[in-house]
Amino acid sequence: MKRFIGFIKKEFYHIFRDRRSLFILFGMPIAQILLFGFAITNEINNVDIAILDHSKDATTKEIINKIASSKYFSIKQMVNREADIASVFKKGQVKAVLNFEKDFSKNLIKEHKATIQIITDATDPNTANTISNYVNAILQKYQKELNKDITMVYQIVPETRMVYNPELKSVYMFVPGVMTIILMLVSAMMTSISITREKELGTMEILLVSPLKPIQVIIGKVFPYIFLSIINAVIIVMLSIFIFKMPVQGSLFLLGLESILFIISALALGILISTISATQQTAMMISLMGLMLPVILLSGFIFPISSMPVPLQVISNIIPAKWFIIIIKGIMLKGVGLQFIWKETLILLGMTVFFMALSVKKYKIRLE
Amino acid sequence: MNNNKVIQVEGLTKMFGYFTAVNAITFDVEKGEIFGFLGANGAGKTTAMKMLIGISNPNSGKAKVAGFDVFTHAEDIKKNIGYMSQKFALYDDLTVKENITFFGGIYGLSRKRIKEKSAVLIEELELEKVANKLVGSLPLGWKQKLSFSVSLLHDPKIVFLDEPTGGVDPITRRQFWEMIYKAADQGTTVFVTTHYMDEAEYCDRVSIMVNGKIEALDTPKKLKEQFKAETMNDVFLKLARG
Repeated sequence: MKRFIGFIKKEFYHIFRDRRSLFILFGMPIAQILLFGFAITNEINNVDIAILDHSKDATTKEIINKIASSKYFSIKQMVNREADIASVFKKGQVKAVLNFEKDFSKNLIKEHKATIQIITDATDPNTANTISNYVNAILQKYQKELNKDITMVYQIVPETRMVYNPELKSVYMFVPGVMTIILMLVSAMMTSISITREKELGTMEILLVSPLKPIQVIIGKVFPYIFLSIINAVIIVMLSIFIFKMPVQGSLFLLGLESILFIISALALGILISTISATQQTAMMISLMGLMLPVILLSGFIFPISSMPVPLQVISNIIPAKWFIIIIKGIMLKGVGLQFIWKETLILLGMTVFFMALSVKKYKIRLE
Repeated sequence: MNNNKVIQVEGLTKMFGYFTAVNAITFDVEKGEIFGFLGANGAGKTTAMKMLIGISNPNSGKAKVAGFDVFTHAEDIKKNIGYMSQKFALYDDLTVKENITFFGGIYGLSRKRIKEKSAVLIEELELEKVANKLVGSLPLGWKQKLSFSVSLLHDPKIVFLDEPTGGVDPITRRQFWEMIYKAADQGTTVFVTTHYMDEAEYCDRVSIMVNGKIEALDTPKKLKEQFKAETMNDVFLKLARG
């Protein structure tokens, strides 16, 4: 036990004296979560728009007021002629122009139908789509208010309700994914690098000639990373709760246990990588290409698995991250307990045991 | 079994596929002896040594180190030997003291013992001023000497040195050999590989390996007589050229 503590102390010296590993350990998770949370977002906020009002009557004024008072849009300018619309877009000052037809109120009362044209800048199709949806939502709400007093309106309005993430906050989708990536990266890449480093320096040989057993060496090497990965997971969850106001619906305890399971599976992969690579560079490349890319592309983090071609869907099943994302989305967003995610947990557990057994076996072979 | 023989090797063989790296070598090393293990690069020195220190499994033959069988009791051997590898192998990002504490720790030395040992060691090597400096900042010669002292930290019966003086200046080499003599005087057996032939002269006995076999084994003086050579260098050249 005393030997073990000495070993771990030495491992922490390595980590804390190396700025690069410190940065990867703590700088990157924070940077990533902030980047994904703030920069990559499907929400719109204070989007600049322009208005071309051919009627300038009571109804259009009311609608314009409603739009201006929402936090999604700010009305940058009024346009007077259709011909000016193109130039407004070209200058890039606004993302959308709302074009009210002539005699808007009159048409609405007489013909029960008035038209408003939503012209959006589709160079960024996602934003354009979102803007048009938001404007539609405001118009529908207004329409409802208008129809409130009239009893004989047979109008079928489809109502879409988004569950679990009612505000469609993209950060809710990204937090579980980013957490998965970071835990995978820190655990697998850092352990594989730190083990291959000892191989490269020749100190591994010294450790193996010492009375320490190989398994003790491995546990001593990975233990600090288990500890640091758990701290990382806590930081990520805290950031998402306090900065992005993302509630964790389910049990934090269960979330912690599942995270530890995933961390251990990633560590086993890290050991496995270190047994097949002779240098730190190789270990890093294998970790990046062999782990990071599949995690980002095939885990369902960014691209939905259901819309992938069948062969890729099959491959996605062997990626531990896929199961972990399902699990933590369940806990964080839906608030489910173990009874709903036991299957995924069991699969993850099985994978962890398999990788562990394989890496211990591989490690032994290397020593002979 | 003769208690004075700390290493006994008989017909030890290691094959890598069809390549025989070490071909049925047989020799003994006595307690307190400085045993030179010579050979050209690729002759099989390091492979033979790795079998003796328990990190490589022999294919056939017999070997006992410090009284323990390399096939069945490799773990017991590890407690009784020290090892200094070809590559400089202390941690550059740890201080002198931290390195000593770490290696003392993995050999199971008590905290008190480590403290005493490191005080003596730092004084002997005159490292007082740099005891709290990172090892990476020390000159190579100092690192080598420190590395040797660390391999002796747990008072091993035998210390294995794999080309310990590679890349070191002549003065440091001289000092290094003084340390080796001192260790041998205190009863530690020294098993050293080298390809500096002048160093071979310092050994009590030397063996010369050629293509996986031990071709000559005796004291430097007798070897020179046997091969009618002036220096060990000539002995080596005659052997290596066949």
